[in-house]
Amino acid sequence: MTALLEIKGLHAEIASGRKIIQGLDLTVNKGEIHAIMGPNGAGKSTLSYVLAGKPGYEVTAGEVTLNGEDLLAMSADERAAKGVFLAFQYPLEIPGVATLTFLRAAFNAQRKARGEAELSSPDLIKRVREIAKTLNIDADMLKRPLNVGFSGGEKKRNETLQMALLQPSLCVLDETDSGLDIDALKVVANGVNALRAAERGMIVITHYQRLLDYIVPDIVHVFAAGRIVRTGGADLARELEATGYAQYQSEAA
Amino acid sequence: MGVAIRKTKAELGLADLYQGARRYLPGGEEISAVRAAAFERFTAVGLPHRRVEAWRYTDLRTQMKEAKRLASLPDDAAKTRAREAHDLFAGAGFRKLVIVDGAFVPELSDLANLESGLTIQPMADALAADKPLLSQRLGPVVPDDDPALALNTALAANGVVILVAPGTVLSRPIHVAFVTTNWVATSMFTRSQVNIGTAASATIVESHQGPDGSEYQVNTAMQLVVGDEARIDHIKVVSEGSSALHISSLLANIGARATFNQLGFVAGGSLVRNQLFVHIAGEGTIADIRGGSLLSGTQHADTTLAIEHAAENCQSRETFKAVVGDTARAVFQGKITVSPGAQKTDAKMMSRALLLSDEAEAYSKPELEIFADDVQCGHGTTTGAIDDELLFYLMARGIPPKQAKALLIQAFVGEIIEGAANESVRDALTGAMLGWLGQRE
Repeated sequence: MTALLEIKGLHAEIASGRKIIQGLDLTVNKGEIHAIMGPNGAGKSTLSYVLAGKPGYEVTAGEVTLNGEDLLAMSADERAAKGVFLAFQYPLEIPGVATLTFLRAAFNAQRKARGEAELSSPDLIKRVREIAKTLNIDADMLKRPLNVGFSGGEKKRNETLQMALLQPSLCVLDETDSGLDIDALKVVANGVNALRAAERGMIVITHYQRLLDYIVPDIVHVFAAGRIVRTGGADLARELEATGYAQYQSEAA
Repeated sequence: MGVAIRKTKAELGLADLYQGARRYLPGGEEISAVRAAAFERFTAVGLPHRRVEAWRYTDLRTQMKEAKRLASLPDDAAKTRAREAHDLFAGAGFRKLVIVDGAFVPELSDLANLESGLTIQPMADALAADKPLLSQRLGPVVPDDDPALALNTALAANGVVILVAPGTVLSRPIHVAFVTTNWVATSMFTRSQVNIGTAASATIVESHQGPDGSEYQVNTAMQLVVGDEARIDHIKVVSEGSSALHISSLLANIGARATFNQLGFVAGGSLVRNQLFVHIAGEGTIADIRGGSLLSGTQHADTTLAIEHAAENCQSRETFKAVVGDTARAVFQGKITVSPGAQKTDAKMMSRALLLSDEAEAYSKPELEIFADDVQCGHGTTTGAIDDELLFYLMARGIPPKQAKALLIQAFVGEIIEGAANESVRDALTGAMLGWLGQRE
């Protein structure tokens, strides 16, 4: 097993000084899917932002490496070029930037940062269209401003499209199931499952077990009060669905 | 009367310019009288300063240190420089008319095969023939004592007259290029007149440019008379040199059931004052007025709009955006007046500023003055920095911060550029915007 992501003794707080992550250890090996489950307010989304490099989150202790490289020393765009992809819980709307323009900018910026040749527009459009087809995204949506007026399902499919196009090595899915009906959930899950690969690792952050029926994890962690309080197999998710998080919240407190 | 204020060096200089030039300026007795009256109006108020409400944010009395001498007629070298000057609309196939250092130059202008119904004439010729073009009145929206316009009327030597006969639909846009070529700082006063006859339509593009570093002074004005059922698309691009003073006035008088699309784009000049006086005289007219300013360094650009709905059932949209970097300053003053009886007026004005630095400034002063009781009018204004959440979203996809910011700026200004119906115009403005963004790197 080769470690893809290693988190050791991580402590992080938000700008106001509130401590959110308090001593997190986690190793994600290549080819693994980890689910992180936990009650609201446990710090799950904060973890995703800390991994992606969002300003305003301060790491006060610990280290995070991706393929042995210090992730915390990199800016968000550098991390993306190294293969980190955060699928946002609430993808942002950017009026005036066509979806295709955005995809082209992101794709070629990452290539440039890695010293690879940029892809010509026709080639890129062809590639985007092929992926879009598998996610039931019509060509018209690609011309529209990024996420503007998209339904919840369209936004999540668009996130999945970006992930499939950019081929990251570490996918972090933050509450990807929120706002999705069951049909949309299946489409998105199929898209994510298509990206399962021996070289790729994933962290699926979710409050509910439902998503994990479709994206079946190798390892499930319970995250409470800023650290992992229990780890198990896929069965743990179903157990949590039955028992809830109450015991962990009291344990952590 | 108020206290007599000592004349500034610039005011004395302007008086010298007028006294020296008045005998040579084109026009017979009648026009000379109009000029004299205009100069008297200017003398009465002097250069505007911050206690003059309409000029509150643009203190010309302080900013304009002196009046540069009047530009001489362009010689062959000047014409060559004008011919070689960068043309934002090159290759678009527009009919180009060239004004060099304030003078209409026929040999640089495309006057061949004029469409039937189209007349083009140098303003100097029209004035020499004593056509009463300078004395037209435009209703109450243009203050009689606007000092910039008064100076223009007093000193305008040339420009262009474009007449589009009733029913004439010009498919080929006309590009009036004002090019300053002289490195030695001079001043230029130009006046143009565009008449769009009943049910006629035309696209007129105005561009203003000149050498960086030269402290030349431009005072330009255009009168636009738009007939009933006519359509005009008017685009003005100010890409003056880095040290230039540019003052322009657009006076538009629009008839009934007409379409008025106006787009102003400022990406140059040191001090820019862009004033628009729009009078909607006929019912059922639709007006779309947009403006975009891209400012950096120590630039100051003031857009001042006064639009008067004087007839029923008209719709107007006013959308202005400014991107302000470094220590630059953007000003937007917009006033919508709805006259008594102009019922069912639907007018909405929005101004937004995007500040790229802590020292950048934006001032916005929207006003509504409504004398009718069955109208829908509104205005809004926002000022802010680049949204950190949006920036993070783009960066999280691998787009470096500089490029991500550029994308967000493009998106912000895009709404203005999209207002141009003509694709070549949109392309040219997009090119100008990208050029501006490129210079910031």
